Amino acid sequence: MQFIAYSRKTQYSIQLIYIHGFTLKPSKDVIDVSWGDKHRGGVQPLTFVRQVLAACLYPQLVHSYKLPEDVRQRVQSLLGACVGGSVGSYTPSGGISYIQCSVSNFISRRDGGVPSSPENIFMTSGSQRSIMHVLKLLVHNQASLPTGVLTAVPTYSSFKMMLQRLGAAIVPYYLDEEQGWAMEVEELRRALQASKGVCNPVALYVINPGNPTGHVQSRKCIEEVIRFAAEERLFLMADEVYQESVFGEGCEFVSYKKVLSEMGPPLSHTVKLASFHSASKGFMGECGLRGGYVELVNLDPTVMRYAYTIFSTDICAPVTGQLALELMANPPRPGDPSYPTQSIQAMLVHNMNWVPEVLNNIPGISCQPMMGGAFVFPRLYLPQAATEKAKVVGMQPDLWYCKRLLEEAGVCVGPGCQYGQKEGTHHIRYNPLSLSLATVLKRLKDFHLHFLKEFS
Amino acid sequence: MAVSLIEKYRNGCRPTNPRLPIVHIFCFSQASCSEAKCELQKRNMTENGLGHRVLNMDTMNPNVKRVEYAVRGPIVQRAMQIEKELKEGVKKPFTEVIKANIGDAHAMGQKPITFLRQVVALCAYPDLLEDDKFPEDAKNRARRILQACGGGSIGAYSASPGIEIIRQDVAKYIEKRDGGIPSNPDNIYLSTGASDAIVTMLKLLTSGEGKNRTGVMISIPQYPLYSAALAELAAVQVSYYLDEDKCWSLDVGELRRAVKVAREHCNPRALCIINPGNPTGQVQSRQCIEDVIRFAAEEHLFLMADEVYQDNVYAEGCQFHSFKKVLFEMGPEYSSVVELASFHSTSKCFMGECGFRGGYMEVVNMDPEVKLQLTKLVSVRLCPPIPGQALLDLVVNPPQPDEPSYATFIKERTANLDILAEKAKMTEQVLNTVPGIHCNPVQGAMYTFPRLSLPEKAINAAKEKGQAPDMFYCMKLLEETGICLVPGSGFGQRDGTYHFRMTILPATEKLKVVLKKIREFHKRFTEEFS
Repeated sequence: MQFIAYSRKTQYSIQLIYIHGFTLKPSKDVIDVSWGDKHRGGVQPLTFVRQVLAACLYPQLVHSYKLPEDVRQRVQSLLGACVGGSVGSYTPSGGISYIQCSVSNFISRRDGGVPSSPENIFMTSGSQRSIMHVLKLLVHNQASLPTGVLTAVPTYSSFKMMLQRLGAAIVPYYLDEEQGWAMEVEELRRALQASKGVCNPVALYVINPGNPTGHVQSRKCIEEVIRFAAEERLFLMADEVYQESVFGEGCEFVSYKKVLSEMGPPLSHTVKLASFHSASKGFMGECGLRGGYVELVNLDPTVMRYAYTIFSTDICAPVTGQLALELMANPPRPGDPSYPTQSIQAMLVHNMNWVPEVLNNIPGISCQPMMGGAFVFPRLYLPQAATEKAKVVGMQPDLWYCKRLLEEAGVCVGPGCQYGQKEGTHHIRYNPLSLSLATVLKRLKDFHLHFLKEFS
Repeated sequence: MAVSLIEKYRNGCRPTNPRLPIVHIFCFSQASCSEAKCELQKRNMTENGLGHRVLNMDTMNPNVKRVEYAVRGPIVQRAMQIEKELKEGVKKPFTEVIKANIGDAHAMGQKPITFLRQVVALCAYPDLLEDDKFPEDAKNRARRILQACGGGSIGAYSASPGIEIIRQDVAKYIEKRDGGIPSNPDNIYLSTGASDAIVTMLKLLTSGEGKNRTGVMISIPQYPLYSAALAELAAVQVSYYLDEDKCWSLDVGELRRAVKVAREHCNPRALCIINPGNPTGQVQSRQCIEDVIRFAAEEHLFLMADEVYQDNVYAEGCQFHSFKKVLFEMGPEYSSVVELASFHSTSKCFMGECGFRGGYMEVVNMDPEVKLQLTKLVSVRLCPPIPGQALLDLVVNPPQPDEPSYATFIKERTANLDILAEKAKMTEQVLNTVPGIHCNPVQGAMYTFPRLSLPEKAINAAKEKGQAPDMFYCMKLLEETGICLVPGSGFGQRDGTYHFRMTILPATEKLKVVLKKIREFHKRFTEEFS
């Protein structure tokens, strides 16, 4: 597995290096599974996607290279939608309208016919950028109390960093590990209550399927969350970038928008919702192309006008990202020449079922069943001596564990302290969607047993 | 929760008591509130009586209200609407909308550079490496880039500051451009267009409260990304005026005046300069750059040099000098002290690849602690798009004379820049033949920013409509000719003066037609309002 040499530091995980400032000794070979990045993990891109992309970048290919008919047609439609027929032109700020339409049709189909309007869709450089823009509308950094956003514990770290940058306060609500990391409305209520006088909570941020937990919310849970948001007048931010990665038995992704619509008026007309999706996850895994979008639901028309201005200061999303979104929204159908013969879904399901089992069989590690998403988030039961040693070194115990795992076993994972967890518990997060998964598990097991022995 | 009455009136809606059932809401015909939308708003509020408390004009971040970005503002939105109408078959005095409002070369028909597109296509679909129709040098570049990508794919995230070998290539390019002055790859941050890096730096620089709030100096006129970012960050904009009578040159005396006044109400910390200029196109002389550097050193200001148009220099006697080069040639008294960030992009110059969102910044003399913060700050947005990074790599590492693609590359590059130079000259000449329009020479960049003499009656008519006079002019121009320009008020200008910004990018024949139509329109306009 490749790693990037970066001056005298060896850079493995963006989180580890830049947030905690590690200086690591280079190891013989390093497997970096701390990213939610399929391609980095060795999964091949989809041929259809790359053929379309290449021919859009270099249109001469349409005539000079043997491409399947559906690729040719798609390229022609997409280039026809670009100004001047070039992917090098700027696009309107919400995105190329042909693609906004494709995306809104995708959303409608996914939601069993619930209407979706292209003007409510804004494409950006990755979903993180959309999230940032929506937060900009919500966060006042000049009010007497900071703006609060209800955020799950655990949650991936970039979101928390974004809140900090904007001067917003995190209002933590704990997911229930014993219940497979489920979200409970009672806990939301407790969190909101605890925030009184500390900040002014305006929004509730939900990730479904979860990151790092992979928990897939039931429809009932989603309804309860929506009702809670309506009662407490919270803006709902539903980060649904892992919606295509669902494999747990009996699990099904249903979008917040669909549930909201099916709950009928008054809620369906009044609850304000932003749903986020991306081409970085799911079956395409095209993280590097930076294609994300937000669908804004029930926003005031006057606010929409300002939303447009905020999005327009980026000028537009990268065209390659917009193309990726179109291909995600509108993949080849059965019967099309490029319809894939091999199912990536099958590979995913196979991967996910046995991983928690293996982890549960390692003494000192427990793991909830994987329902979806891109990560496993197993719990570590660290010996007292180990946690004390970590204190002496001046690091969170699971961060120190990760450092040692990297240095001694050549495996790079993320520490639970980065995502948040109940006091006194420790976790690690890593991406099992990697061709090196078996090796990772073996090395992890060997290291963990050795570690337990050292501190018993 | 008390609802601000003033806010409600400003938004064109009568105030209502949130605790009573909503009976009636009036909406004046403001730009934002159409009747239908207000009806919907009324229904929303009636149905749960609470809708107004979640995100609305009162609860929205107040800084957002101050953000304006003229290049994508109301006139462009109207232009898009007209385009829709034309498509639907509505009859107009013209058959197409010519969007001369944005610096987008490809949109106006400029063809992409072959070599650049070949390499990115090879990166996108590596199977093409087997195809013998691609030249060997393109294949080598692609292989090198792919090797540096996670999993050998442009679909993998890269490190947040960008792919390492590309940062190295950028540093080498800068060294070569600046006559050997060293550039450290660790100081190079790749970005999503130059805008991303500019806003990141402004974020980093903005702090303090009240009189200690960061002030950022920016030219008038300026590219409105700066004013928009400063409004959103609630930093203080400190304007310094470029001298229209002296070809939009920068005078240090004016910088001194501006900073002196600013120190009374804020803490000036940065000085932004766009060279070659946008919208004015002026190319700073070497002497001027030295003066600015000296001024920044004296006043302890962080220099931000926006150099995205560095290849777009046309006028005789003008030459691009990078701020970094001049800084280092001024010796250690300045080069070891002055803090500088220089910005570049793949959107302009000879490539015009706006849609790729490729760019970088180089930081010089940045405090190591601050640099760590900068590195953390960029990590929040994960990474810039890989295709944009790849394209940037080719721009800084183009075909060499001994490589197969060299001849075509040079031919295409030279042609693009030569055509722009011709159009710059033609534009200046034609506009200066129009009585009431005065156009400074377009020394560089991609725009002209001519001054308009508007009749008193027109100015009054504009005021009645609640529009800036040059917006009024541009709107009328759009409705009558289909030509979309951006009014000078969107960039800033001296009080009582009026301008528009037009790009020089339309194809030569089309540009001739555009200039002719503007000339005719101006005559009509002047007559109508005399």
